[in-house]
Amino acid sequence: MESVTPMLEFKKTCISYTKQTMAVKYVSAAIEKNTITAIMGPSGCGKSTLLRAVNLMHNLYPNIRVDGEILLNGENILAMEPIDVRRRVGMVFQRPAPFPTMSIYDNVLSGFALNGIKLSKAEKDAIVEHRLRSVSLWDEVKDVLNKKGTFLSGGQQQRLCIARALAMKPDVLLMDEPTSALDPIATKHIEELLLELQKEVTILIVTHNMGQAKRISSKSMFMYLGELVEYGDTEKLFTNPVDERTKAYLTGKMG
Amino acid sequence: MSDKLYKIILFVAALVMPVVCGGVFYALVTDAYEAFDYFGFLNFLTSSEWSYTEGNEQYGALSFITGTLMTTLLALIFCIPLSLPVALFVGEYFKGTKIASVLSTITDLLAGIPSIIYGLWGFYTLRPIMISLNISPQGSGVLTASLVLAIMIVPYAASLSAEFIKMVPTDLKESAYSLGATHAEVIRKVVFPVAGSGIFSSYILAIGRALGETMTVTMLIGNTNNIPNSITSTGNSMASIIANQFGEADGLRLSSLIAIGLILFLITALINMIGKVMIKRARIV
Repeated sequence: MESVTPMLEFKKTCISYTKQTMAVKYVSAAIEKNTITAIMGPSGCGKSTLLRAVNLMHNLYPNIRVDGEILLNGENILAMEPIDVRRRVGMVFQRPAPFPTMSIYDNVLSGFALNGIKLSKAEKDAIVEHRLRSVSLWDEVKDVLNKKGTFLSGGQQQRLCIARALAMKPDVLLMDEPTSALDPIATKHIEELLLELQKEVTILIVTHNMGQAKRISSKSMFMYLGELVEYGDTEKLFTNPVDERTKAYLTGKMG
Repeated sequence: MSDKLYKIILFVAALVMPVVCGGVFYALVTDAYEAFDYFGFLNFLTSSEWSYTEGNEQYGALSFITGTLMTTLLALIFCIPLSLPVALFVGEYFKGTKIASVLSTITDLLAGIPSIIYGLWGFYTLRPIMISLNISPQGSGVLTASLVLAIMIVPYAASLSAEFIKMVPTDLKESAYSLGATHAEVIRKVVFPVAGSGIFSSYILAIGRALGETMTVTMLIGNTNNIPNSITSTGNSMASIIANQFGEADGLRLSSLIAIGLILFLITALINMIGKVMIKRARIV
């Protein structure tokens, strides 16, 4: 088997909010290209903290320290400019947050506007249609593109946020419990969408929902108290977990 | 039974406010009636005459309306570059830090300084500077009054704007960062648009304060009863003409002063109402 550089690789990644305690402890894991990897674990286990490190969100908060390495295509992002990293690593948050003062059309293009990238009208139209189609929102909103995105349903807003992140053509898409604020039908819709999207982007998703991890991810991580307890094929992790703690979590005895 | 009594007491107490408001308005209208009746309402508004030669009294509000609007507008223009950075500092850049809370405490403290003290500072510190810079020969005037007025309304505009800037959801800001935006871009394209109507309403309320400010303006505007022909010339505002002349006035002059008071009352009420409505709207977003 030939060795390929993983899309994303954590190498002894440690994250701390205060000097005394570490929220993420020596996590090492390699994530392959065009896969969906789920990060599971009880509240406070550090899964969101780990996810947010990948697009250097922690740089916004000076008291948070990130140590070790996080490699994006072999390059250590901790040594890169946050802006360059964030253009290559998109993120979708727990609560759908389309920009309330922008239209649906402008929301899709907001990454370009925020970065001061000028596009022609034809380019803009093409990107908006392509991205809204890829999140299967186009048919629902094509007649109201100039209305504000805040009038959409929660699920539609979240798909708009995914389209907005995808418009920048990121290599990696981070998702922090993207369906926890949505109803089951909207959740199902997003899950189907993610299975489709993994063809073009590597997805790392934090989820509380074990069913969701099982349905969409090919690899899963289980974190507990800041440690990466177990990482492997989702199917194996669910049917035959190695660690007692994983077993306890999956059977509902913990978490 | 006691519950009913309680309700009656509260109702009566609450009734005092509208009664006072209505009473003030009624008193202003009845006392201003003589002037409006004599000169005609529109004529009173558009005349800039103010002469009390016996037998040929001529009173009009235009000079003072102009004086008030000029000082207020200028104060607003000077206030923005002073208050917006403070609001951003407290509400965004250093949000939640000690230095921000110290700064916002000091800003709030400034709001509590009596206007006579600002007036004294303007009269004895700023006025000589204006003279030495050859901006105006006597040092007082619309510009001097506006500068001090601007400093006085900064605390109101800054602390209210900071509240609206703080209210911009972290989710939205992080979304923008996650798309590769810089801090400046996040402020320009997310924070300002989202907090915009709130910031706007803070300035409307600041204007409301500047419109009625009496002491500082009286001490610094020069008190000449004419339309100021430039921002450095002297004039008089609605509040300051009343403050200057109410003691010696009677008859038609007193009625004219009260008529000016009524106009000021209406303008201030209108501005405050616009501000309140805008704040309500801003909260919904």
